[in-house]
Amino acid sequence: MSQDTIARLKENVIQGRKTKDDEGVDDSLSGTPGVLELTRLALEEKVSPDIIVNHGLTAGMQVVGDKFATKEYFIPDMLASAEAVGEATAILKPYLEASNSEIKGKFTIATVKGDIHDIGKNIVATLLRGAGYEVVDLGINVPTEKIVQMVRENKPDFLGLSALLTTTMLAMGEVVRELEASGLRDKVKVLIGGAAVSDEYAQEIGADAYCVDGFHAIKMVDTFQQRKL
Amino acid sequence: MPREGILVHNPYRRMTDEQIRQIHQASVGILTNPGLVSFNREAVEILSSSGAEVSLIADSDNPCWTVKIPERLVLQALDSAPKTVKLGARNRDNILIMNGDEPRVFLVSGSETNIWLDVDFPTYVKKAAPSVEVSLAEFHQQRGTVSHLCQAARLAEHLETLDAFIRPVNIQDKDITIANKDVNKFFASLNNTTKHVMAGLTSLDQLDNVINMAQLIVGGEEALRDNPIISFITCLVKSPLQLVDDTTQTAIEICRRGLPLVVSSSPQAGSTAPIKEDGIIVQINAEILAGITLSQLVNAGSPIIYGAVPVRARLDNLADSYGAPETSQYNIDCVQMARYYRLPCYATSGVSDTKVPGMQSAIERLFSDTMVALSGPQYLHCAYGLLDGNSIFCPLQAVLDDAHFQILRYFLTPALINQEELAQSVKQITEVAGASPRVYIRYIRSVLRRGRLSMPYPFEAEGRGDSVLALAYQRMNRLMAEPVDHIDSVTTDRIFCQIPGILPRLNIYWKGKGRE
Repeated sequence: MSQDTIARLKENVIQGRKTKDDEGVDDSLSGTPGVLELTRLALEEKVSPDIIVNHGLTAGMQVVGDKFATKEYFIPDMLASAEAVGEATAILKPYLEASNSEIKGKFTIATVKGDIHDIGKNIVATLLRGAGYEVVDLGINVPTEKIVQMVRENKPDFLGLSALLTTTMLAMGEVVRELEASGLRDKVKVLIGGAAVSDEYAQEIGADAYCVDGFHAIKMVDTFQQRKL
Repeated sequence: MPREGILVHNPYRRMTDEQIRQIHQASVGILTNPGLVSFNREAVEILSSSGAEVSLIADSDNPCWTVKIPERLVLQALDSAPKTVKLGARNRDNILIMNGDEPRVFLVSGSETNIWLDVDFPTYVKKAAPSVEVSLAEFHQQRGTVSHLCQAARLAEHLETLDAFIRPVNIQDKDITIANKDVNKFFASLNNTTKHVMAGLTSLDQLDNVINMAQLIVGGEEALRDNPIISFITCLVKSPLQLVDDTTQTAIEICRRGLPLVVSSSPQAGSTAPIKEDGIIVQINAEILAGITLSQLVNAGSPIIYGAVPVRARLDNLADSYGAPETSQYNIDCVQMARYYRLPCYATSGVSDTKVPGMQSAIERLFSDTMVALSGPQYLHCAYGLLDGNSIFCPLQAVLDDAHFQILRYFLTPALINQEELAQSVKQITEVAGASPRVYIRYIRSVLRRGRLSMPYPFEAEGRGDSVLALAYQRMNRLMAEPVDHIDSVTTDRIFCQIPGILPRLNIYWKGKGRE
């Protein structure tokens, strides 16, 4: 029974169906429980949170990633799945903590001072949550000092900075310099992204990586995490 | 279910109603003065016995007559010509229904090119940095053969946007003669595509063999009338205003047999027609009306298509310039004239003047295909794979064309705006206005899955380079390798027994060497 629930959970992740009201990709699961209902059902069936995460959510996201890579899926599909997985992970969080399961990593993300564009940042946050990271989103137009304070207090593994405009990208360099001045630079990996920035710019300001999009961001943070092991 | 085609809402018009009426009146006037010159005796007799004014110009070994066709005969013919023409297909899902009142566009290959253009991608090394290699397209011309025609038909079967097949390759094998060319080109085409097959006829002697072949495939005379899997295109007029002996006779015989016929004319503005737009249009319209009048006098109600292939002359060499914007303008005018007469229209677009696929080819096709398709011709010879006017067929270009027609097909979809759709959209806007984040991405999927969004360009490079030709080449090879539904072995045996002249190597069930 529980195996069937996990299989259905994985299939619903692939279809990007958060709840029973969602259509999914091809209507074949219409009206049946979605990711959130199945996550709760699995917990009622006493399935281990690790099994739910690894065999249901992560396994489903792996298939979604493959389909995206082959252009069968598009960003809305990926986001629908990631959003469902992110919310399911929030349901599982207390159970994971109780079972001493480790999260993949802590990620803080912000659109820098002077910039109010957040679509890309939100997509990256959703995808990272779907990939199993704990994400704190500081929002848009975030002052440098607030970002530095957040790094000091919450000790994230990663800091993601977003900027769309050539005028606001300069604030990213300011954040890196302030982290250095505060003695925090070596405590956190800084990743930058957005239409205005590039690999070259990341090197110029001393960031650790430039990410083309959310999927690239996942790949980068996974790589950094593996290097820690 | 017949093929859907592209229904054009609000077709593009160049001419006003008054201009159309003026062209019609002037064309009818030309048919009475100066009239046409006919080199075909039977056409003269048919027209004369129906009231046309005929006078002998030269009574010699090559006699010809002046024929003045009264407006009354033209109007009678326009009245009796069917407004709906059905073009059948081996696979009934590929049948085309064309209605002169409905601007539903079917996209078709065409011409009969002498050259087959192959491509490969040799690798070059950068002199200054030998570790850097690039692959560039290299094109090779070959004389067209029946094997190439088989390949073209196979490819056509798998090009999603292509609705019907007009042979794009002139078969020039050493064992192809005037006597066996027609049966071979029709068999090679019919055996490799289940879509409708249209072609011109090389020899009138072969007409009945070709028709018998089609009857064997569909199951008899009545079955062929119900599902005419073949049709013909005949340019019975040599511009300006001359009825050619052999093609006119061919048109008469096809009409007698009641099979669909494109009555076409192909004047060249500047040489065989006036260079001015109104001049070439009034002349081509008169020429086509003459052909239609003759066809309906031969067999009232025989299915005909108004066939327009007007083209502008290049001024540097007087060759046809299909890439010139005027050529598309003329074609759009002709589409409007055909619609005025409520007849299905064959029009031409997309032929490029350049010799290889590339920027020029893409740009000339873009303007021409878009504008002529927007005018709503029912049967659009849109030059799949054609280059250098109509002397080269390149399968790689045909694959590119198919991809571009998918974009065009999407572009021509009607605006879906009504109270129900608006209510849904307003609901979305209201929901997003009160949500965080304020984005609409979550609403994309339902629209995407209903096929209401266009897809990315299929030949886009992963990196910064341009890989269009290389990626299209990969697709071409995949399509060429896909199987097709050939004519079954029993029918093939009957065809080879009863229809003389078909090359044995075209029999795919023959176990010997040299099968195509």
